[in-house]
Amino acid sequence: MELFEILTSAAFWAAAIRIASPLIFATMGELICERAGVLNLGIEGIMVAGAFAGWIAVWAGMPLWGGVSVAFMVGMGLGGIHSILSVPFGLSQHVVGIGLTLLATSATFYTYRVMLPEVSTPPKIDAFQPFPIPILSDIPFFGPALFQQTALTYLAFILVGVVSFTLYRTPLGLAVRAAGESPAAVAAQGLSVTAIRMGAVMVGSGCMAVGGAFLTMSAFDSFFFDMVNGRGWICIALVVFGAWRPGKALFGAILFAAFDALQIRLQQTGIGAVVPYQVFLMMPYILSILALIAMSRRAEVPAALMVPFNKGER
Amino acid sequence: MSGVDSAQPVLRLQNITKRFGPVTANEAVTFDLAKGEVIALLGENGAGKTTLMNILFGQYTADEGQVSVFGKPLPPGNPRAALDAGVGMVHQHFTLAGNLTVWENIVLGAQPLHAPRLRAGAAKAKIRALSEEFQLKVDPDAKISALTVGERQRVEILKALYRDARILILDEPTAVLTPQETDALFATLRKAIDLGLSIVFISHKLHEVMAISNRVLVLRHGKLVAERATLDTDRAELSALMVGAETSAPELSRATPGAPLLSLAQLSTPPIGTAPGLRKIDLTLRAGQITGLAGVSGNGQAALSDLISGLVSPQSGTFEIAGSPVTGWTPRTAIAQGIARIPEDRHKTGTIADFDLTENTILETYATQFSKRGWMNWRGAKAHAEALIKTYDVRCSGPDARIRLLSGGNMQKLILGRVLENAPRIILANQPVRGLDIGAVNYVHGRLAAARDAGAAVLLISEDLDEIMRLSDVIHVISDGRLSPEFARGTMQPEQLGVWMAGDGFEGENHAA
Repeated sequence: MELFEILTSAAFWAAAIRIASPLIFATMGELICERAGVLNLGIEGIMVAGAFAGWIAVWAGMPLWGGVSVAFMVGMGLGGIHSILSVPFGLSQHVVGIGLTLLATSATFYTYRVMLPEVSTPPKIDAFQPFPIPILSDIPFFGPALFQQTALTYLAFILVGVVSFTLYRTPLGLAVRAAGESPAAVAAQGLSVTAIRMGAVMVGSGCMAVGGAFLTMSAFDSFFFDMVNGRGWICIALVVFGAWRPGKALFGAILFAAFDALQIRLQQTGIGAVVPYQVFLMMPYILSILALIAMSRRAEVPAALMVPFNKGER
Repeated sequence: MSGVDSAQPVLRLQNITKRFGPVTANEAVTFDLAKGEVIALLGENGAGKTTLMNILFGQYTADEGQVSVFGKPLPPGNPRAALDAGVGMVHQHFTLAGNLTVWENIVLGAQPLHAPRLRAGAAKAKIRALSEEFQLKVDPDAKISALTVGERQRVEILKALYRDARILILDEPTAVLTPQETDALFATLRKAIDLGLSIVFISHKLHEVMAISNRVLVLRHGKLVAERATLDTDRAELSALMVGAETSAPELSRATPGAPLLSLAQLSTPPIGTAPGLRKIDLTLRAGQITGLAGVSGNGQAALSDLISGLVSPQSGTFEIAGSPVTGWTPRTAIAQGIARIPEDRHKTGTIADFDLTENTILETYATQFSKRGWMNWRGAKAHAEALIKTYDVRCSGPDARIRLLSGGNMQKLILGRVLENAPRIILANQPVRGLDIGAVNYVHGRLAAARDAGAAVLLISEDLDEIMRLSDVIHVISDGRLSPEFARGTMQPEQLGVWMAGDGFEGENHAA
């Protein structure tokens, strides 16, 4: 049976983990924003900007980790725009987010043209290479599947741990969660809801941008306009799928990536000759929707998500 | 109470003035609070009590004036400074995150944000010690959403005590408590006073004010109008000071009831959730008569009011309005039949919070009276709202104000105006004075009595037996969906009604009185 062979091959799972990595970064970023009470629909545009920024920085001569930092900073800056409009000004988070996606995407394309006016194919960079972890990578099956990835993929997994620990085990994380549940409670305890929410949106946006940068700096070694291709929107769904919990969201990201890796392989099998390939392309999305329905029925949405907080209003 | 040290003011408010647009919520309020003292801040809804305390706690910024704690001025608009100075506030609407646990809510903001770890164990130990000392029993690991209202209030108090508050501000703390919980709260507060804390207690319940305070400050229309030592005053005086002039409950004149306007016979409705439906009830509402419906909440009142409002249809039995059977019963037909509704929950079903007063006054009549060929007549609607605001003495900044800015009493006056202005035949008044202060209660009752004298049939649903007995011409008791026979005014003692309320007296499905 072909399906069984695919699912038990280490190469398949290695691909799934690789496909999941940008989703993990961006999903953690969105999760941080939403836990603080801000829906960040700028995610798609921020990922595009991050993908470009990291790549162009390396192309211009910076080291790879320098490129990742540049992507993170660009994400923070775009998140800053979002947070000023959505937090102290209290504007509609839908409008701000979609506007930011359009702005960031267009600004990226514009900058690309300004910086590379005469190229027809974008230049390549020396991207992150797989870094087999000593000893662990020698474990049969798990080694090739998990421990022969690039450094950015390991960072994605570390990020999940850091986000989880911060949210549940530190005073800062408690303040972020409370800001998403009851901003009035945060204000009554003498903390600034504005500062907490703005900080969360900026850091979260930075993570999204690194997710974008993964595409140009690790998954591939160049930048194309339609590279992000809706991954940001998938991450919004993954946050819901994960019931706003980092661990569950990680699981969701890997599940989605596994479907994606699976459909590519299924296209090359016997059924791929009969069924049009577009049906396979739809598969991860259809399965995501079904999983979303199954998983998120009883999820506890942050009570103050999308509710602006104005101090002193009654 | 002993231990008041007036030589040592712990809190001083000087000349506090706060305006919301054209409305002045507080005007030049000045007072001192001494160590170990309990001040009661008394005033009607909308008198500015909550605003004043929110300024003191730094949630609002005063336009003028100065707050000092232990002799040091507080920076305005900074709750953190107030907390650090030892001011703790128990808000009327709790500021708790429902999805977090008790200890998380308490610790929030108390440990520095840059600390690497939450110190959960130490926090819970401190909370347990405080619970023990102040008799505030609560499980630190419980989620807020699983707690009763009384328990949530204990968490609010613990939040203040956890941060070593020396001055406690309690905003209408007893409004949501049962009598037993109120007693427990008072025990806690006495314990706090013994330990040298000072308290500002906001209320409009006079007997509580008399029971707990050393000194009473009366606030009216944002101004401090009187100050009394509690020992030198009494409830009658305070009541008069609070309302401004003596207001009294309306006297019902004797009236001969008119024709039956609404009759139900052997009527049943399906249950609503866990609350029972109506079970074969007989009820007649007559013109020029107030029918009181007594009973413990959740015994079918909701079913009856939904039925009359048109939200549910009868399952069986007959339902007649002015002698003709009803068909196709919906809220729209109910309004067309001249049924006016004062809903039980004025926030949820009575008004749309973010609509302005004009829009809220025409919710039922916009299509019939304020539009022409599909276009809204906003000018007419606004004039109508302005007239209502004036006639019904609604205190607000104008017809363009969002209704959520109004106090409960003023909101209810507007609803009353909306309802009575169309000269309804039948008025369904479901808990019309819940949460209102004396002045507003008397006003609403007076208006209902006037509507009855003008020939309307009024159904008054209330859990307050005093209210029912004072205002009703005839009384029914509802219990588990069953309706008692009609008792004429003055024929029943509260104890006798209590027997029916407890469900005794009903024999099988027959009324054997």
